[in-house]
Amino acid sequence: MQLESLYQEIILDHYRRPHNKGLREPYDAEVRHVNPVCGDELTLRVTLKDGGDPAVADVCYDALGCSISQASASVLTDLVIGKPVSEAMEIGDAFLALMQSKGNAEPDEDVLRDAVAFAGVSRYPARIKCALLSWMAWKDATVQALAAREAG
Amino acid sequence: MTLDVARIRKDFPILDRKVRGGRPLVYLDSANTSQKPRQVIDAMTEFFERHNANIHRANHELGEEATEAYEGARLKAAEFIGASDETEVVFTKNISEAINLVAYSMGNASASRTGPERFRLGPGDEVLITEMEHHSNIVPWQLLCERTGATLRWFGVTADGRLDLSAIGDLITQRTKLVAFAHQSNVLGTINPVAMLAGRAHAVGALVLVDAAQSVPHMPVNVAELGADFVGFTGHKLCGPTGIGVLWGRRELLDEMPPFLGGGEMIETVTMERTTFAPPPHKFEAGTMPIGQAVGLAAAMDYLTEVGRDTVRAHEQELLAHALSELTAIGGLRILGPTEPVDRGAAVSFELDGVHPHDAGQVLDEQGVAVRAGHHCAKPLHQALGIQSSTRASFYLYNTHDEVDALTAGIREAQRFFGAGPGGA
Repeated sequence: MQLESLYQEIILDHYRRPHNKGLREPYDAEVRHVNPVCGDELTLRVTLKDGGDPAVADVCYDALGCSISQASASVLTDLVIGKPVSEAMEIGDAFLALMQSKGNAEPDEDVLRDAVAFAGVSRYPARIKCALLSWMAWKDATVQALAAREAG
Repeated sequence: MTLDVARIRKDFPILDRKVRGGRPLVYLDSANTSQKPRQVIDAMTEFFERHNANIHRANHELGEEATEAYEGARLKAAEFIGASDETEVVFTKNISEAINLVAYSMGNASASRTGPERFRLGPGDEVLITEMEHHSNIVPWQLLCERTGATLRWFGVTADGRLDLSAIGDLITQRTKLVAFAHQSNVLGTINPVAMLAGRAHAVGALVLVDAAQSVPHMPVNVAELGADFVGFTGHKLCGPTGIGVLWGRRELLDEMPPFLGGGEMIETVTMERTTFAPPPHKFEAGTMPIGQAVGLAAAMDYLTEVGRDTVRAHEQELLAHALSELTAIGGLRILGPTEPVDRGAAVSFELDGVHPHDAGQVLDEQGVAVRAGHHCAKPLHQALGIQSSTRASFYLYNTHDEVDALTAGIREAQRFFGAGPGGA
């Protein structure tokens, strides 16, 4: 059955016990993204580390959504918190490439860790947006936080 | 008369398809778009193979044939909805365009000091809709109100999915210029009391537009009995092709209304300074129309007429009663809208505890059961019901009792897979 390849146990675990869910203060930027197809909504906050090269101090979110979008947001926070922004952006690019692979990619587990479980999602065009919702929101929030730092 | 569903299914080639690695297709998404019978596919193929030409402006034999086919489709559409005058039938590309046609025509009337009074809107005037509308019967009116300064108001929805008519006296007043609502809700299945609402609206001089996209395909609909001023529907939900819809409007209103789109075919004469317009319906049909699609729509109407629209309705009501009783027996499942098959069509939306609609739809799809998951272009309705999205199964003449059972089995499988529902984790 194909379902297990889409809904890998890692995804279901993150869905049932999401990491870093719940909005925390303070934060540098907050965004709200919507998947217009299903109405899923996500509010995401980003905090950057002070001084030196910008790094991700914290990412938290609140969301209503399907298992794929919820698990993806949870995995994202694990992957980017504590990383330099440039490296986190590269991880985001690798995840985007995986989602666009139509099931033909061999993802690098050292880079994507739990996110390799989403490889099966790329075979379901209707679900790719679910997996990317939090990543698009995180990129948007990070760009805003960086711009605010520049301006400040 | 009982519908011979096995015979009907033979007319729809797509129903033989296997999906998701060999599962038979169980198509329960007809409220989204219906499947097409061989008769419609053949009629369109024959038109393109034998009669294709532009209409009304090609003085050759093919042009005559194409014109006759297109205008024949108009006659057929008029007959299908009980309109006595086929010039009251305007072809559009879909129901959204039909509604936009009226909204933009009113906007054009409002922008002109000489526009016909009953189509003119301004501050103090009101447009009345309902909370159970499809976005296509909300957004055009929001835009119109923004352009004209008029106020948009709406009927709420009761907990059991009916229109909340308790405030009707406050909502339909001398300020009301237009009342627009669905004949049948695309989410709840609720059938609204059109004649009563039209009567109340007309008593204050308001115009009435009915979105009949979800009713015309499934039951006999007679525009004279509805009592509305405008009725819109779309071909692709009615066994016909995409790209063709119908706006029916009272002739005296269509005569008065300013045009919507300008272009070829809709004119009487054009100089560089000004244009006079063709009479309805051509006034509203600018540019080359979807001719082959009109032919397909006519074939679809013939098909449904031959099967019998009362027969289609009775079959769907039987499926609906079975679906409602099976679905209400599933623990953790809540049906949106009426749970009894009374004043209700065969579109059934529901939410499942612990299983997001997208995930439910995915598990169903894996078993070959095609449903729709999301807000079904009715976000305000979902908000009013306190939920974000839902799963919808919708039935048509080609669906069977066994397919209802495939749906309920699939729902139980989704509950098992996600550890939700009775006996779940």
